[in-house]
Amino acid sequence: MNVNQQPHMASPYGQPQPGYQRYPQPGYQRYPQPGYQRYPQPGYGGGHVPSAYPAQYAPDNGPGSGYQQGPPQGMREPPTSGTPPVSGAQSYSQFGQGETQNGPPPMVAPPQGTLVSQPHTPNAVSLSGPTQPPYGQQFGSPPIGMQQMTNQMASMQVGSTAPSPAGPGYAPPSTAQAPISAAYTPSAPPTFPPTSSAPSQPPPTEAVAQAPPQPYYGAPPPAQQPFPNAVSTFSSAGPTQPQAPPSVSQQSFPQAPAVSQPPFSTAPPPGPSQSYGGPLPPTQPSFQRAPLPTSQPGVFPGGPPPTSTHSQLPGPMPPQPPVSQPSPYYSEPPPTTASFPPQVGAPPRPPLAGMQGPPMASQGPLMASHGPPGASQGPPMQSQGPPMAQVNHVPPSQPGMPPGPINASLSGPPPQPGMQGYPPQQNGAFGQVRGPQPGYAAPPYSGQPNYGAPPAAPAPAPAAPKRLDPDSIPSPQTSDMPPVQKTRHRIDPDAIPSPIQVIEDDKANKGSQPFTTGVRGQAPPLVTTRFQVKDQGNASPRYIRCTAYNMPCNSDMAKQSQVPLAAVIKPLATLPPDESPPYLVDHGESGPIRCNRCKAYMCPFMQFIEGGRRFQCGFCSCVTEVPPHYFQHLDHTGKRVDCYERPELSMGSYEFMATVDYCKNNKFPQPPAFIFLIDVSYNAVKNGMVGMVCQELKTLMDYLPRENPDVESNVRVGFVTYNKVLHFYNVKASLAQPQMLVVSDVADMFVPLLDGFLVNVSESRVVIESLLDQIPEMFADTRETETVFGPVIQAGLEALKAADCAGKLFIFHSSLPIAEAPGKLKNREDKKLVGTDKEKSLFQPQVSFYNTLAKDCVAQGCCVDLFLFPNQYVDVATLGVVPTSTGGSIYKYTYFQASSDQERFLNDLRRDVQKQMGFDAVMRVRTSTGIRATDFFGSFYMSNTTDVELAGLDCDKTVTVEFRHDDKLSEETGALMQCAVLYTSCSGQRRLRVHNMAVNCCSQLADLYRNCETDTIINFFVKYAYRSVLSSPTKNVRDSLVNQCAQILACYRKNCASPSSAGQLILPECMKLLPVYLNCVLKSDVLQPGADVSLDDRAYLRQLVSAMDVAESHVFFYPRLLPLQKLDAESTSLPLAVRDSEERLSRGGVYLLENGLNIFIWVGVNAQQELLQNIFGTPAFSQIDPSMTSLPALDNPFSKRLKEIIESIRAQRSRYMKLMVVKQEDKLELIFKHFLVEDKSNNGGASYVDFLCHMHKEIRQLLS
Amino acid sequence: MATYQEFIQQNEDRDGIRCSWNLWPSSRLEATRLVVPVSCLYTPLKERPDLPPVQYEPVPCTRANCKAVLNPLCQVDFRAKIWACNFCFQRNSFPPSYAGISEVNQPAELMPQFSTIEYIVQRGPPTPLIFLYLVDTCLEEEDLQALKESLQMSLSLLPPNALVGLITFGRMIQVHELSCEGIAKSYVFRGTKELAPKQIQEMLGLMKPATSGQQGKPLAPHDAAASCRFLQPVQMVDMNLTDLLGELQRDPWPVPQGKRPLRSTGIALSIAVGLLEGTFPNTGARVMLFTGGPPTQGPGMVVGDELKTPIRSWHDIQKDNARHLKKATKYYEALANRAAVNGHSVDIYACALDQTGLLEMKCLSNLTGGHIVMGDSFNTSLFKQTFQRVFNKDYNGEFRMAFGATLEVKTSRELKVSGAIGPCVSLNTKGPCVSDSEMGVGGTCQWKICSLSPATTLAMYFEVVNQHNAPVPQGGRGVVQFVTQYQHSNTQRRIRVTTIARNWADAQSQIQHIESSFDQEASAVLMARLGVFRAESEEGPDVLRWLDRQLIRLCQKFGQFNKDDPNSFRLSESLSLYPQFMFHLRRSPFLQVFNNSPDESSYYRHHFVRQDLTQSLIMIQPILYSYSFHGPPEPVLLDSSSILPDRILLMDTFFQLVIYHGETIAQWRKAGYQEMAEYENFKQLLQAPLDDAQEILQTRFPMPRYIDTEHGGSQARFLLSKVNPSQTHNNLYAWGQESGAPILTDDVSLQVFMDHLKKLAVSSSA
Repeated sequence: MNVNQQPHMASPYGQPQPGYQRYPQPGYQRYPQPGYQRYPQPGYGGGHVPSAYPAQYAPDNGPGSGYQQGPPQGMREPPTSGTPPVSGAQSYSQFGQGETQNGPPPMVAPPQGTLVSQPHTPNAVSLSGPTQPPYGQQFGSPPIGMQQMTNQMASMQVGSTAPSPAGPGYAPPSTAQAPISAAYTPSAPPTFPPTSSAPSQPPPTEAVAQAPPQPYYGAPPPAQQPFPNAVSTFSSAGPTQPQAPPSVSQQSFPQAPAVSQPPFSTAPPPGPSQSYGGPLPPTQPSFQRAPLPTSQPGVFPGGPPPTSTHSQLPGPMPPQPPVSQPSPYYSEPPPTTASFPPQVGAPPRPPLAGMQGPPMASQGPLMASHGPPGASQGPPMQSQGPPMAQVNHVPPSQPGMPPGPINASLSGPPPQPGMQGYPPQQNGAFGQVRGPQPGYAAPPYSGQPNYGAPPAAPAPAPAAPKRLDPDSIPSPQTSDMPPVQKTRHRIDPDAIPSPIQVIEDDKANKGSQPFTTGVRGQAPPLVTTRFQVKDQGNASPRYIRCTAYNMPCNSDMAKQSQVPLAAVIKPLATLPPDESPPYLVDHGESGPIRCNRCKAYMCPFMQFIEGGRRFQCGFCSCVTEVPPHYFQHLDHTGKRVDCYERPELSMGSYEFMATVDYCKNNKFPQPPAFIFLIDVSYNAVKNGMVGMVCQELKTLMDYLPRENPDVESNVRVGFVTYNKVLHFYNVKASLAQPQMLVVSDVADMFVPLLDGFLVNVSESRVVIESLLDQIPEMFADTRETETVFGPVIQAGLEALKAADCAGKLFIFHSSLPIAEAPGKLKNREDKKLVGTDKEKSLFQPQVSFYNTLAKDCVAQGCCVDLFLFPNQYVDVATLGVVPTSTGGSIYKYTYFQASSDQERFLNDLRRDVQKQMGFDAVMRVRTSTGIRATDFFGSFYMSNTTDVELAGLDCDKTVTVEFRHDDKLSEETGALMQCAVLYTSCSGQRRLRVHNMAVNCCSQLADLYRNCETDTIINFFVKYAYRSVLSSPTKNVRDSLVNQCAQILACYRKNCASPSSAGQLILPECMKLLPVYLNCVLKSDVLQPGADVSLDDRAYLRQLVSAMDVAESHVFFYPRLLPLQKLDAESTSLPLAVRDSEERLSRGGVYLLENGLNIFIWVGVNAQQELLQNIFGTPAFSQIDPSMTSLPALDNPFSKRLKEIIESIRAQRSRYMKLMVVKQEDKLELIFKHFLVEDKSNNGGASYVDFLCHMHKEIRQLLS
Repeated sequence: MATYQEFIQQNEDRDGIRCSWNLWPSSRLEATRLVVPVSCLYTPLKERPDLPPVQYEPVPCTRANCKAVLNPLCQVDFRAKIWACNFCFQRNSFPPSYAGISEVNQPAELMPQFSTIEYIVQRGPPTPLIFLYLVDTCLEEEDLQALKESLQMSLSLLPPNALVGLITFGRMIQVHELSCEGIAKSYVFRGTKELAPKQIQEMLGLMKPATSGQQGKPLAPHDAAASCRFLQPVQMVDMNLTDLLGELQRDPWPVPQGKRPLRSTGIALSIAVGLLEGTFPNTGARVMLFTGGPPTQGPGMVVGDELKTPIRSWHDIQKDNARHLKKATKYYEALANRAAVNGHSVDIYACALDQTGLLEMKCLSNLTGGHIVMGDSFNTSLFKQTFQRVFNKDYNGEFRMAFGATLEVKTSRELKVSGAIGPCVSLNTKGPCVSDSEMGVGGTCQWKICSLSPATTLAMYFEVVNQHNAPVPQGGRGVVQFVTQYQHSNTQRRIRVTTIARNWADAQSQIQHIESSFDQEASAVLMARLGVFRAESEEGPDVLRWLDRQLIRLCQKFGQFNKDDPNSFRLSESLSLYPQFMFHLRRSPFLQVFNNSPDESSYYRHHFVRQDLTQSLIMIQPILYSYSFHGPPEPVLLDSSSILPDRILLMDTFFQLVIYHGETIAQWRKAGYQEMAEYENFKQLLQAPLDDAQEILQTRFPMPRYIDTEHGGSQARFLLSKVNPSQTHNNLYAWGQESGAPILTDDVSLQVFMDHLKKLAVSSSA
């Protein structure tokens, strides 16, 4: 819904709406795409869609087709864009429709007439449709419902569906999304076929109707096909656009929507609504109930007929849609991918089919089914009746009943059919829901009330309580009417944008071919997609990801949109084996060639002029002489002839060998050193940590990082143990026994020895092993419980200073350092501060000592990694200061027990020791004139405003950089950035790694919105928010996050989406997941802690997240949930992930959830015995040991495959994930539920649906 | 009656006492006029094989501020079982255990031959000796190796129950834990940061310091041992420590070009002192510092680490150009006082070609009775033998060292004690016998001598307080009692009591007697100690002037002359050698800093103020023996005229042992005559001084520098600088003698000195 997948817009449509300029893009995009999409969709929807979907989203598609409302979308879009030309008008109308749909659908209907024109527009509009489409198109809405239904997410997507074409939406959408065209094409074709199939389906109901649509689509589709995704939506749109008829249909849709809306809003609706209401409520319930479906079908049919008018639609619609939807989702059907389809499956499809084909008639019903929309539509449908296309759409939508659901979802309270009806529209835009509500509100509600009043009311009420969060629910509704709530209550979660859908779409669309970086401003595949990168002049997305690949040209635009301009840079990222690491360029004594003025390094952005004698800097435009030894002639295109022989002229990422000028004190660095500092106080010894570390280190000595695997590592090692005092060890090779040197002067730390402390492993191996053998023995009987911490870091620092090298400290620490020493801490854990203005102090270090120390560490290139093994409060906020300022990591093992945490700790340690890293690094980001890197987030230290100093920089560390305008950018040159990292490699070589990145610039907001990456935006927001908690109360931070997002979306809505009812929630295709992800962030332990979250954990997470890259932050905030019962042991692919909601868990299933830190295996109480047998080796649920930390190795393909999967998942993450088995209804399940982020959390976090409503409310407030 | 000569000898043998005057002037005024104060050299632990210690407690006077010990000079009423204190005249009854006393059954302390007597007393549990090695690791490899070997060897010389500890230092200080198995542990301190004793103990984990024992009540050894892992019985950690020493590395910190190694001697010492302070207060302990260079960082730093800045010379000091001198001296003095308070002594074994900062650190040894040994390298026999000799044993097989001694002086009423000069510190005990005027370390009647050997000798100065017009005191004798409580090396607590008495003489009437009772050797040494003591704090020339003045006054007082007629000047036999001693003293390194580094001066002075009379005299006026075919070896004048071509000279200056081959002898030796059978006698001649030298080397501590040189050899300077320059380039042929070596110096010769002395002595204006 929200999903307005603008993407669609973007693509094609330019044509349709030449007229629309603003919209143009949007309009175009929307229109075009939507149009196409819709058309296609419609087409599909009508005929193909169903099938198509089935294929892909089978279910979804089905609905999608339904959604075709897309057309409506188209409508919507048009509306947005629509403004300009008639089409625009249409579009508007559409939107209006879309929006109105819910409420005034009937009204719309009339307009439809006009709309009719719209329909066409819709095509054009389609774009808009796509954007808002689902919603917008009320028909759509219903359809949306359908679509939604179909595209589970569809609803969202549906909206998106249309959009989906754009990308997000349905699978197709996804395809559409990626490269709309590309995506589409692929998906499109299938869709069509499906559509055809669909048609077949439809045929049953009304073959004819469908047929027509199909044909249309068919015809159009081809063209549209490209938008396959869109197709779905398009399908709807398709019809519209492609064929006049479609337009008609659209009109019909519009009408429908209009109608629907009107109904709601207007009195008329009441009538219908009432009718609906009557039916709806019941229907809903029924729907919800699995059984309903049957009834539904029945209903539908029935519905449709009755719908003949709104009433009919409503009546039937609600029931049907809901039924179908619910059933699918909830009931068996839902589970089936078909969820949409399933439901639709029999019923839906038919409906769809009916919709499509007979759409009119069927649609009518469908519409009806949709309930409000349906109703509204219904009427339209009816009216449209003639417009098969519409019908199609409608039908789809209806079938989309899902739309209903969608609506529901949108509205939040899907339950209520009426709502659904509305919701759908609303769903279209979540806002819509509200919108509808608002808009509808009066009428719809009233209407609904009417409807619902009697019947609905009850249902709604319950529903509301269930899902709707008062907050989340738009106040309007509440204000509007209780019924409204009801309606909202039943917002179908499947109708709102689904992350899973988006991820899968992206995988499908972009995973198959390599991503080449040659094209400027091209958004890379999502982090969840596996793809290969070919460096053709810009840095791989593995190194740099941007929030926007189309930056606003000037600051006004940037300010207006509020879209953060940031890049997430992971300079030393590990590449997959099939991608080659950056080439190392050695220019000898003279060093890298640089711009005279801004000092940017030679890169593909440098323009050689004057026959190659000079070059002009792409960043600052300064002209610099080419040094004679670097001179080369240019070819006829102005390129140097050696361009492809020199990585620095042709690649996005490469390295320079640094000369002595780039070294500290003008002398080449020594190889770095690793110092292991082990806490040997009572706690550390008792929990087994000491023994474990020592044992492991013996092995790890062979795995120190090295650049050339054949050579021994140059890294030297040193060992220190400590409690209240420090023990250094002399492990010089010439000694028979190691020697311990105790430093008790912790007030003024120093290193007691030089020679013999840092040694080469190969030389001192015997002594080192002897030492590591003896350490656990020596302290086995220790009774010392106090520890120091500050002096420990100082010791390492001093050692590195003495050895005059950079290096890394590995500190294994157990307790709050209360011993008398610098950096002594006191226990300040005070949960009473949580939620107060003083809460921020809990994130701040309690003494400034560590800040100063961190500064010293950075100056020396001393990176600190901290492994914590606390039994109680250790003040991570303070202890973490040095690690986070020096590019280090913190690992925390609360209540560490050797038996259960060993594996995790040792794996983390192994990885941490072995990973490639650079030392004593300085990173600088240079940009085109016009923007400037203004803010940096991550684990590092900055002594000035431009240089990011990292004592250590490993392959997992990420720096997020925010850019701001200080001037204008030009669309022609785009925005360039160059990230140069000067570092010392693990062999002691001084190097410069350069990453170049160029993105486009735009003067149209729509371009900006079309080319964003939500995951990256979220990454930025998180880092921004997590830093803000240091200075502001968490509530303020949450509010400002919500606020900014609302502004982003509102700006889109205002400037890019076609005008539509304020009640419509319209989301840019690229950002349709923004609300769900944002909600996850808001609910995170840092920003909104539950009572059981310790302050340490919060501080730990805060610091952890601050250095995360996009992939990690993504899975961290939206965990991956895999249904293992669907795992195919024979296949190499993973089962399709499900959304993080308890509703998605089947009691009969087993699920795997991972968030980058933990893996949970959730076992349903009714899990199949065979499954349990395969996984746990026992058929009985009760015999599963919840304390197991690894799955038993069983000799069956399923178990093997599962273990393989777990291994591969672990391999993907930078930290080893502990495995926990959670049995349903067990105590531990609470922990697990915490990660079901779409649900309401027990610490007050809103559910996805609720939050969406809330977001919508915010947006509406902004818009008004 | 025996001659004074015999009397003096007898007294010295019995009591270890040499008095400047053996008749004491009866009034303050007269005493002052005698120029040389009433004073004595006392060797508290003089070896007395004939004196078995008694196994009971001494009987003290019951008067609270007297507490003099019952002695042979006391009047005893055997019937009443009462004795009268001969200092305060308090009448005391004998303790019950003396019930059987009678004129024929007298306890030893009442017998005249036991004027010196030693008691073994039971005061608390016996405490083992403690040896804490403090080893500098900033040494050349060769030196360190030699030192390690010496240290390892020394372990076998220590009493098996002695506690031993090891601290090494360079840039950092490591306190080695000796009790542990497996990994060798040590506690490390940085060399630049001064730590309070408390902190040190805390950091060493000694925070449960055993109840600080009262003096004489040291901790139970097992308790202490348990609480201190750093000091362990040598028998237990012998192997461990040997290994540890074997693995000792040179200080690992790189020394950049043009820099001295960073050596944290100051902190190392403070840690050693702090460690002992915290664990074994008031228990005999030796901190043995082995250092190969000057402290270059932290408190107590003597010179910076820049090689371009040379270590201070006398020139710098006189110009007040020695930056670190005052601070460092103050620092070490504070340390020394702390160590002294706890009865711990500090030895310094400094072996380096350049100075090592003895000037600043000397007080550590001077105040605590520790040794200072100075050598060129640890890899020399000088060091090795000397070090070994520290652990020499006496005829009873016991170590020639004692610890934690307190020397108390009691005087009869006519006398008060003005001070002491020697390896002691004042305990600031006021008493009726403490004089207001101070000479040396005064203002007290008790001194602490943390470590002493049988040779340790203190100079004690007294003041006669009898007024001029008062009658010669009743009884006619002045009495002084020395009570020395100490910890014997076998861990026994002992008390040695020496009581001496001298007759009073009326200076008016008995000046002749007084003159003849003059002990010019003792007086020379006593005056020299005063001079050296002054030299520590005053400018050299002032001290010389003061000495000259005293000499002139003495000559005026006792010389026989006609006014203004130098030729008429005569001195009696008992004073005849005194001016000559003064002459050599003036030229000695104790008062002359020319040609000596500040460290050398400190070293020489250190030894001068603690050796017994014989050794002190050798130091003042070296002994010269001549070997020739003309007769048996004979002592000859320390004069350039003794340097003859056909003689072999053996000079003993205490610090050096020089064998000088005359020109002819050297030629013969070079020609190899001694190898020929027919020149067996020549071979014997060559061998004779070597044998004699060997004998001296065997007994002396510290071992002297042994120099074998010949006419024209560069090392002959050691001889030439000592002899009286009777022949110089100025008067080479003036004497017309056939031989003697001219000394190229502008120093005055003894003759000139005497001429001046006579002139001044007889001058009426002086």
